[in-house]
Amino acid sequence: MAPLPRLMLSSPQPRSAMSNAEAQTLTPENGNGISTLAQVRRVIICAGTGCIANGAMKVFEQFKSEIAGAGLQVILELRAEATSDEIRLSKSGCQGFCQMGPLVSVVPDGILYTKVRSEDVAEIVHQTLANGQVVERLLYKDPATRKSCQGIEDNPFYARQSRFVLHECGFLDPEDIREFMLHGGYRAARKAFVEMLPEEICKTILDSGLRGRGGGGFPTGRKWEAARIQNSPKKYIICNGDEGDPGAFMNRSVMEGNPHSVIEGMMIAARAIGSNEMLVYVRAEYPLAVERMRGAVAAAEREGILGKNVFGTGLSMKCEVMEGAGAFVCGEETAMIASIEGQRGMPRPKPPFPAQSGLWGKPTIINNVETLAHVSRIINEGPEVFRSIGTPDSPGTKTFALTGHVSNTGLVEVPFGTTLREIVYNIGGGVTDDAGKIWKSGFKAVQIGGPSGGCLTEDHLDLPLAYESLRSVGAMVGSGGLVAMNQGTCMVSIARFFMEFTQRESCGKCVLCREGTRQLLALLDDVIEGRADQNTLDLLEKLGRAVQVGSLCGLGKTAPNPVLSTMRYFRKEYEEHVFEKRCRTGRCKALLRPEINAVKCKGCGLCIKACPTRAITGEKKQPHHINPELCIKCGACATACKIHAVEGI
Amino acid sequence: MASTPVVVDRAEKFEKVVSILDRHSRRPSGLIPILQAIQHEYQYLPEEVLTYVATSLDVPPARVFGVATFYAHFALEPKGKHVIRICDGTACHVKQSLPVLNALREKLGTSEKSTTTADMLFTIETVACLGACGLAPVVVIDEQVYGQITPERAVALVDEIKAMEASLGTASAADAEQPSAEECHE
Repeated sequence: MAPLPRLMLSSPQPRSAMSNAEAQTLTPENGNGISTLAQVRRVIICAGTGCIANGAMKVFEQFKSEIAGAGLQVILELRAEATSDEIRLSKSGCQGFCQMGPLVSVVPDGILYTKVRSEDVAEIVHQTLANGQVVERLLYKDPATRKSCQGIEDNPFYARQSRFVLHECGFLDPEDIREFMLHGGYRAARKAFVEMLPEEICKTILDSGLRGRGGGGFPTGRKWEAARIQNSPKKYIICNGDEGDPGAFMNRSVMEGNPHSVIEGMMIAARAIGSNEMLVYVRAEYPLAVERMRGAVAAAEREGILGKNVFGTGLSMKCEVMEGAGAFVCGEETAMIASIEGQRGMPRPKPPFPAQSGLWGKPTIINNVETLAHVSRIINEGPEVFRSIGTPDSPGTKTFALTGHVSNTGLVEVPFGTTLREIVYNIGGGVTDDAGKIWKSGFKAVQIGGPSGGCLTEDHLDLPLAYESLRSVGAMVGSGGLVAMNQGTCMVSIARFFMEFTQRESCGKCVLCREGTRQLLALLDDVIEGRADQNTLDLLEKLGRAVQVGSLCGLGKTAPNPVLSTMRYFRKEYEEHVFEKRCRTGRCKALLRPEINAVKCKGCGLCIKACPTRAITGEKKQPHHINPELCIKCGACATACKIHAVEGI
Repeated sequence: MASTPVVVDRAEKFEKVVSILDRHSRRPSGLIPILQAIQHEYQYLPEEVLTYVATSLDVPPARVFGVATFYAHFALEPKGKHVIRICDGTACHVKQSLPVLNALREKLGTSEKSTTTADMLFTIETVACLGACGLAPVVVIDEQVYGQITPERAVALVDEIKAMEASLGTASAADAEQPSAEECHE
């Protein structure tokens, strides 16, 4: 094994001593460093929010002691000279398969263990690390074929994805900047600062066709160019990490798993528009992402990547991380600016666009985390490579958070143009029932784009997912939340769920958004609680359209989408609620009419005992009866009845 | 229980606020990080502290209260010693987070309006999304995340905390009733 020339990565030298020239040697031009590293045996433990919740840190500690106990040498830091009996133990960011966590991978063996407990560690160390054998019982089993999958190559969840932004999240130690640099990190930033002119960078990004991943889909290059041509000595770059869309967590994963890729993207953007101040606005609900971003900024400062003399160009660059305070509307550009300025997060009319007049009245670019994470690759590989993936209008890949009633929930990165069927059935492993078992004919809908998006039905399973195609069917890419729903889900309740969310999060500035969402919610309650008639349905549609037209920002303009979209595709279900006072899924409690089947009932009296309101009467061994006036529809009788004679609840 | 059971040394209370204000150079633009730091210190934003902040930053109290009431993270009422947050994001919602919420509310006798128990031991909150959708439904108790939770397991977790508190609290029951006093003195 050829050690890396003169690369003492674990050397205790003061880091500030490392000049920019050395920083360059850290980035291997020919992939030398990568191949050297790959030969070191590594155990990577996923340390994303999901896996930590399931005990990943305990597993990590257990590995440390077990490996040492087995007479093998553990190394926790990157080193150039490694010997063959050394094992590098590291944490990675979120690998996206949260439901199966904690995840442990062994490379280069190509093994992925799932649901690893600290009790399992000894077995992994002795079988796999010491003897090169696979621990069968910890492998992932494909629920469809019941076959064990050894690594990510034969695991359908991973194998069918195209992971670019997420690729390094599952591999690099997010807390180790040198590992990032050794894998080519900050090479694109260096190129942008040393070899490229700002207009060249803007043109490259424009040519790549990169569009905002936060939902709007505005061409990133055009946005940058608009800020670049502004004649202002002060400009700002803001990274939008305020991922408020319930059911989406791709930005959290990138910030936790590869924070340096976000900083690198921001630096390139800063160079492109001529800015020297950057700010990352992270949602306060993501404490780990805040911590990792702050750590990454500090590390970049120590390495001299951020600071007074960036890559020897004499340009300065600083970056701050700010925590949000819990307001969904702050994901909107102008509201976010207000929040950073210490105000209530309320949007203002555009124009002027932030690229002309943003933070403190200066030209400001706000880009989504995922957008920024794409940038370095485009600079490194050229716009053509990026364009060759995806569709002509929507190039590149998009990360979706696939959740809800599917077998494999997690983060999924696919090229634009991939069909919903591929994502739900092949990557997601199919639709499940409430207990998590595969339900072959269970597919009902997919909600895409969160509170701003819409529903896709069985008819859309073969629709290629891209910005325009989704807009044409009344949905949108949004931030990329994909919630699969089975036949047991009531679509009116889902519409109400989103309406309650937007109603609560409306900032109150525009009357139609503030009052309109409240009235829409009240109308949906009428439908769900059995007070609605034809007028309610007409009013819902009319008011929905009015809120879309009469609101200033994206929150209000898109707030009625979930209602309008479910009314469009699940009209029959609304009509059942309104005219038949019936919810086919039984989720709407007010519409339930529990009855005791007189033929089945044996008159045992168990339900009488269970009923908290004494609504059930009947003689022993005679069929019992529920008094609808007293019944509170709690379902206690149905649970108590052993022969399932209580129906309609 | 009276609304201000805590007798705090006023000078000491404002000393911490002063150091937070100094750390942020007393700039009104730093209002949100200032309020975050104060809430971190006191677990909530006491009214008299907000007025003090307004005076120190030379902005109208309405501006400070306006910001404090706008953002969901700021609490103007003291919270219980243990904060239980139930995620009601889309993924958790379709995976039945509401039964978990209802079971916990029933167990602790709280409601949508009154979220903190009378003994100041528990506060129940819902949050829109914690980004741990792969583990839905999710509950966070004092920063510890519990995934794929059921109503029964949630109630069992509360019982565990209660048992722990009972063993701690038998010595000095008053302590458990005045958690904010402890925290202010720390």
